[in-house]
Amino acid sequence: MNRQISLLQSIGLGFLGLACFLGFWQGMSMSGLVSNIFLPSPFEVYERFTALIDRRFAGATLPGHLGASFMRFAYGFLLAAAIGIPLGLLMGWYQLLDEIVSPLFDALRFVAPIAWVPFAALWFGTGIGGPIMIIFAGAFPPCVINAYRGAKFVDPRLIEAANMLGTPSRRVIMEVLLPSSVPSIISGLRVSAGLGWQSLVGAELIVASAGVGYMMVQGQANVQTHTVMAGMVAIGLVGLALDTALRGVERVIQKRRGLEN
Amino acid sequence: MGVIQFENVGKIFGSRASGFEALKDINLEIRDKEFVAIVGPSGCGKTTCLRMVAGFEDATDGTVSVDGTPIKRPGPDRAVVFQQFALFPWKSVYDNIDLGLRNLNVGSAERSKRIAAILELMNLTHYAKHFPHQLSGGMQQRVAIARAYVLDPDVLLMDEPFGALDAQTRVVMQEELVRLARKNPRTVLFITHAVEEAVYLADRVAIMTRAPGRIKEVLDVASIRNAEDWDSHEKIEDVMDLESFVHLRTHIWRSLREEKAAQHA
Repeated sequence: MNRQISLLQSIGLGFLGLACFLGFWQGMSMSGLVSNIFLPSPFEVYERFTALIDRRFAGATLPGHLGASFMRFAYGFLLAAAIGIPLGLLMGWYQLLDEIVSPLFDALRFVAPIAWVPFAALWFGTGIGGPIMIIFAGAFPPCVINAYRGAKFVDPRLIEAANMLGTPSRRVIMEVLLPSSVPSIISGLRVSAGLGWQSLVGAELIVASAGVGYMMVQGQANVQTHTVMAGMVAIGLVGLALDTALRGVERVIQKRRGLEN
Repeated sequence: MGVIQFENVGKIFGSRASGFEALKDINLEIRDKEFVAIVGPSGCGKTTCLRMVAGFEDATDGTVSVDGTPIKRPGPDRAVVFQQFALFPWKSVYDNIDLGLRNLNVGSAERSKRIAAILELMNLTHYAKHFPHQLSGGMQQRVAIARAYVLDPDVLLMDEPFGALDAQTRVVMQEELVRLARKNPRTVLFITHAVEEAVYLADRVAIMTRAPGRIKEVLDVASIRNAEDWDSHEKIEDVMDLESFVHLRTHIWRSLREEKAAQHA
């Protein structure tokens, strides 16, 4: 039997999980089994987190670092979408392009974004360019793959309908392929944003002179493990917010298409 | 004008040596403004005939032409109504109907006038802003018919257009199509496996056989319809009750059944 779980119950269960996790963590750090530097308690992390909101550390407050990270993220993510979506659609439409690009793409996408760090720093510097390239490496594949899948699985009847209505074949891409792929593209963007955000913070651990990742590295250097943890919390929260926002967009689009589930 | 001609048409899917022979020696001429239905069992290639006129498939042998010109590609002079409607789900009813007119570079004032007229004719005026998924199957198919008719095509190709509808909706749509076809006659090629539907709607009914698909018989329904004055009956069930209708229907059933028996023998 599949019992329906209400929204309220679902939120309650989520909080229960979080409470258990925090309780276990607090218990571990209070038990004295591990040292405070080794594992700061949730309470300390919370205090540090709130303190960092208006206190500078490593040159900026936590919102300042987050802002710097987010700007890089936005550039890299938008660049990935701007190149990846058209590329994916065209690969799904033109067999020849698919044959040429797919093998290369399928091999390259297994190279973790972090592996690009040395070259990103070498080619684009550690300021804005390098981190953007790394987030691009993380965010690009899902954009391409989902646009490609959207174009590949478009209902062939819709293409035929557009053809018989006299739509020139180049315009079929804009009239049918793109709009038909929108739900798939949005799902891709969600995955893409998640991976991009992950890769960016990873990249900042190595390159960059501001940002949450940079703040965490400085925290590590100063043996401030609670600062590192506060950074982790901030990353998680921003990631969650991003994902929730994009999921909202996804739902609105599905509703407009009558694809609700 | 809108004369459709099949001349010695054959279609093989796959290679000539090992492919599937879907159609063989199809010869049929559909006159201007004539309504021809092709009936036959599933898999007999009747839809392939339509798809060749639409320009979605090439003939392997022979030629399919409209007004003497062999067909090369799809175009708005041969509008198609699909079984599964094939409306663009991201476009409103209005925009679905508008696309073909925009492709023909019709001016915007003229476009809105023509769309308003076809919406009115198809009883869709209040649904112009709706999206396809908000409409019932019957309404969606009306939109698809409107989208085809608004282009003022020489030829209307209907591929089992009412096959996905429930029985009641189907009857209403059949009556509406008759009304539309009388008011605004077009050359229509109508594909169906429903015998009654073919007899009720068409001027001539072509009966197809299977594997490979051939045209077995072409029946002249129009002369019987006119002689027996079917059009004086408004309701489809009254027409279907007429002796001449029953007679024709039974003839087609027998013809289709003989075909099956021959295959089993």
